[in-house]
Amino acid sequence: MSILINKDTKVICQGITGGAGTFHTRGCRDYGTQMVGGVTPGKGGQDVDGIPVFDTVKEAVQATSANATMIFVPAPFTADAILEAVDAGIHTIAAITEGVPVLDMVRVYEVIRESGSTLIGPNCPGLITPGECKIGIMPGYIHTPGTVGIMSRSGTLTYEAVWQTSNVGLGQSTCVGLGGDPIVGTSFIDLFKLYEEDPQTEAIMMIGEIGGTAEEEAAAYVADHVTKPVAAFIAGRTAPPGKRMGHAGAIISGGKGTAAEKVKALEAAGIEVAESPADMGTALQRAIAKISTE
Amino acid sequence: MKIHEFQAKELFDKAGVAVLQHRVATSPEQAADAFVDLGAPVAVVKAQIHAGGRGKGTTIENPDQHGVQLVKSAEEARAVATNLLGNTLVTIQTGPEGKVVNQVLIEEGCNIARELYLGIVLDRARKMPVLMCSTEGGMDIETVAEETPELIFKEHFDPHFGLQGFQVRKLCSELGITGASIRSADKFMRTLCNLYVELDCSLAEINPLVVTGEGELVALDAKISFDSNAMYRQNAIAEYRDLSEEEPTEIRAGEAGLSYIKLDGNIACLVNGAGLAMSTMDIIKLHGGEPANFLDVGGGADKSQVTEAFRILLSDPNVKAVLVNIFGGIARCSTIAEAIVAASKEVGFEVPLVVRLEGTEVEEGRRILEESDVEIITATDLTDAATKVCAAIGA
Repeated sequence: MSILINKDTKVICQGITGGAGTFHTRGCRDYGTQMVGGVTPGKGGQDVDGIPVFDTVKEAVQATSANATMIFVPAPFTADAILEAVDAGIHTIAAITEGVPVLDMVRVYEVIRESGSTLIGPNCPGLITPGECKIGIMPGYIHTPGTVGIMSRSGTLTYEAVWQTSNVGLGQSTCVGLGGDPIVGTSFIDLFKLYEEDPQTEAIMMIGEIGGTAEEEAAAYVADHVTKPVAAFIAGRTAPPGKRMGHAGAIISGGKGTAAEKVKALEAAGIEVAESPADMGTALQRAIAKISTE
Repeated sequence: MKIHEFQAKELFDKAGVAVLQHRVATSPEQAADAFVDLGAPVAVVKAQIHAGGRGKGTTIENPDQHGVQLVKSAEEARAVATNLLGNTLVTIQTGPEGKVVNQVLIEEGCNIARELYLGIVLDRARKMPVLMCSTEGGMDIETVAEETPELIFKEHFDPHFGLQGFQVRKLCSELGITGASIRSADKFMRTLCNLYVELDCSLAEINPLVVTGEGELVALDAKISFDSNAMYRQNAIAEYRDLSEEEPTEIRAGEAGLSYIKLDGNIACLVNGAGLAMSTMDIIKLHGGEPANFLDVGGGADKSQVTEAFRILLSDPNVKAVLVNIFGGIARCSTIAEAIVAASKEVGFEVPLVVRLEGTEVEEGRRILEESDVEIITATDLTDAATKVCAAIGA
């Protein structure tokens, strides 16, 4: 088991004929993902390395039974692409694109909330179930199949966590990059629910950063609903207020969204918080040891 | 993206959000003419910089001169403009270095009955914009939220439908706006909410919002910032960008497609990915050092971009050491290594350079560095990198 995606997941790429779309479609296929098709309006009937291209997601789903998509279309068209995937009944939608206007996401979220689809991102690396299915831009080879569920608002910091958990002898069940924008389709809480129910996942690592209150909300949820060991790291303890730290969502505004507040909430919920980004793997080991001695 | 008060008022005026008569001046003569032109017995001269707290702020050149001043004649307007224009205003939001005043706003006075607060922001938890009002106009809203949260009233609104009439009436009741002023509030609040959506704002704040003696709502101040991601569809707004308000190195980095923020420390860092870049700053601090910047070179950075990144880092005279921390995913370690060698040839590293590489093409990257004659302190992991870079400057 795993969450959201596995070896049976059939994936299409929206924006497959663009540079990034083509490059990462190949990367995912080479990792072992079932890349069954792609979509570029006006290029239906063509193919990319033998992977058929369709004009619409609906056609792609009808022809390939795809149930997941990764979106690489430019930011001005991303909201439309997400809504098209929802309309076609795609189950898991990973929007990799960075730079989507936030009010577009306000509108998209209203639709996602009412739909049966899960949106990961935008502005995210995607998600991966090691050894089974990779949807996104992460380097596949650093992952090891295992028992840790990792979720993060940051891309490369997720790689760091993956690397560290692999190094301490724990592999990963499913790793999800939630995205660095103020509004993303899936929250920490959504995934805590899935990880808690997933028999393969034995421990959970959450990586947050400054901005917003998603970590505080997750902490409250964990205190009441999560029985598995949880460790966390918050990036941006030294970030100055009022500055957008790379990610559109990583900003301390109005004195809110600081790392200190988040760490306090997480610790109050009994979550093992890594002081240093180098200690994510060991914090997880501590969380596991704590639960098993209780 | 931030804009000036006078630009925000221009947008308000165009949309039908009530503002007072005003003029913009870039010289003392223009300020004097503006006073005459307005024809009001009193006017307010306001320094135009991208920072709040101007009323209490003073200029470096003359600590008696505040950023917002009342004037009663053309001569007074001229004198105040002379004292502000070209001088540097320091407020609680500018930092000690302050900001140079290039324009002043001259605005007619008005008959103030009440001062309120009004702001629109995105509520990230509810995933909707929210209109916030308070009876405590003119106060710092963060202080109000902290000390008397019961005096802040909120209404969320759907961007499709905008703020509804009943929501305005609720707010009026809570704020004590009565009688004919309710009609004025309805137009003011709903127009502003529509403007927030139509112009892709990330913040629209009016503090104070004034109820005049005649019962009308008027924006005495105006602060708007915009979603940078939406600027492609807001060409008119993009024109408002004032580069003189931004850090020159940050502009230069932006042009090269790099995400860079200057900080006060002396250890420069070059990292791929925003989260890892923040974490690198954090771990430097944890080991006793002070980061000189945030820099995310991004996933697709090529050799020329990374070389430009090094130029920007090394142009900061405070920098005493450089830490490169790369976890190659899309970014290849070999690309970074080539850029280090190129930057070394071109600009030269006169300060210690600590490099930690991991991930995609790490072997190739390490080989390139080993075979070059660049003097490098190699680190094996994050902790090792932070320890070594702090040791290199004796922190």
